[in-house]
Amino acid sequence: MAVTLPPFQTLLDDNAVDLHRFLVASVGPHDGADCFQETVVAALRGYPDLPHADNLRGWLFTIAHRKVIDHARRRQRHALPVAEPPEVPSVDPEGLVDAELWAAVRGLPPKQRTAVVQRHLLDRPYDEVAAIIGCSEDAARQNVRAGLQRLRRELAQEVTS
Amino acid sequence: MTGDEHADLVARLRRDPTAGLPPPSSNGHAPPAPDAGDVGALVAAALARADADDLVDVAWVVEDTPVGPLTLAATERGLVRIAFGDEEGVLDELAAEVSPRVVHLPRRLDGLRHELDEYFAGDRRRFDVDLDRRLSHGYRRTVLEALSDVSYGQTVSYKDLAERTGNPKASRAVGTAMATNPIPIVVPCHRVLRTGGALGGYGGGVDTKVWLLRREGALLG
Repeated sequence: MAVTLPPFQTLLDDNAVDLHRFLVASVGPHDGADCFQETVVAALRGYPDLPHADNLRGWLFTIAHRKVIDHARRRQRHALPVAEPPEVPSVDPEGLVDAELWAAVRGLPPKQRTAVVQRHLLDRPYDEVAAIIGCSEDAARQNVRAGLQRLRRELAQEVTS
Repeated sequence: MTGDEHADLVARLRRDPTAGLPPPSSNGHAPPAPDAGDVGALVAAALARADADDLVDVAWVVEDTPVGPLTLAATERGLVRIAFGDEEGVLDELAAEVSPRVVHLPRRLDGLRHELDEYFAGDRRRFDVDLDRRLSHGYRRTVLEALSDVSYGQTVSYKDLAERTGNPKASRAVGTAMATNPIPIVVPCHRVLRTGGALGGYGGGVDTKVWLLRREGALLG
């Protein structure tokens, strides 16, 4: 007997807004829209094969977390070598509020970034953060802490430079 | 400690980065949508792509009609379900009985919506959309299939229909088949009345049955 899963639409209705926020925070608005599509299509593809209906939200965000990592790899592969690291514009061309903060967030290592965004932007509990990035709850706390410290350093440097 | 040490940073992180974003599909020509940054367009684009990859097993939409809202659902084979009222409950049923890949994809139902418009306006006497009859089985399905011989403007009794399907004593089973018809209106169970012409019941309410029969000219008044 197959497991009874809710209609996929329910998962979208409950999580699309947060999924969009998570992806915009992780990769910016333009690439966030691409990652959003990729996440929804991948989730729909795998949905009927899920062994149970527990923590569907966590499952969806695990897919999103992986899409963000894939996206960063693709970017790296296609990136042109530059002599100077590009400056972060003070006014974000894509219209993000608090552009420097989100540029710094995008620069975090993947686990720290997902942990910080899930914990603080989306206000999720640590056990859920841990499930999304595939680590222990202690490691999730550690990733949030390390991410915040790194953000603080990055933002302080920007002010002084 | 983290909270105190980084309180200002945490406060900044709580502000929604998508607030004030232009709508995703904006190309500079269309006026901004009332709810900028609305994810509805993103979801629709993602589902269109999923549909192109054959990942949408059940597409649904809610359509307003003269007999109230109808939830319409189609598989890749054709129309699988029409339910009176909004989608609540119906989607769970479809997820359990057909596939959990149930999403809001109005485009797949455009043909049916057009035919329904014409039918409700009195300009269409039979439906041409493909049907997916997988939600009815056995004798019930036989009875529902026999209904396609009962045309617009005609009525038939439960007993007649039992006889037509070779089971003259099965009036009660015919009644059950009508009551559990997954595709009312298009599979016209409203054309089945009690012997002697009493209306009998209807899943969408007797008022709806009367409305449909009047529209078809089978009932006067």
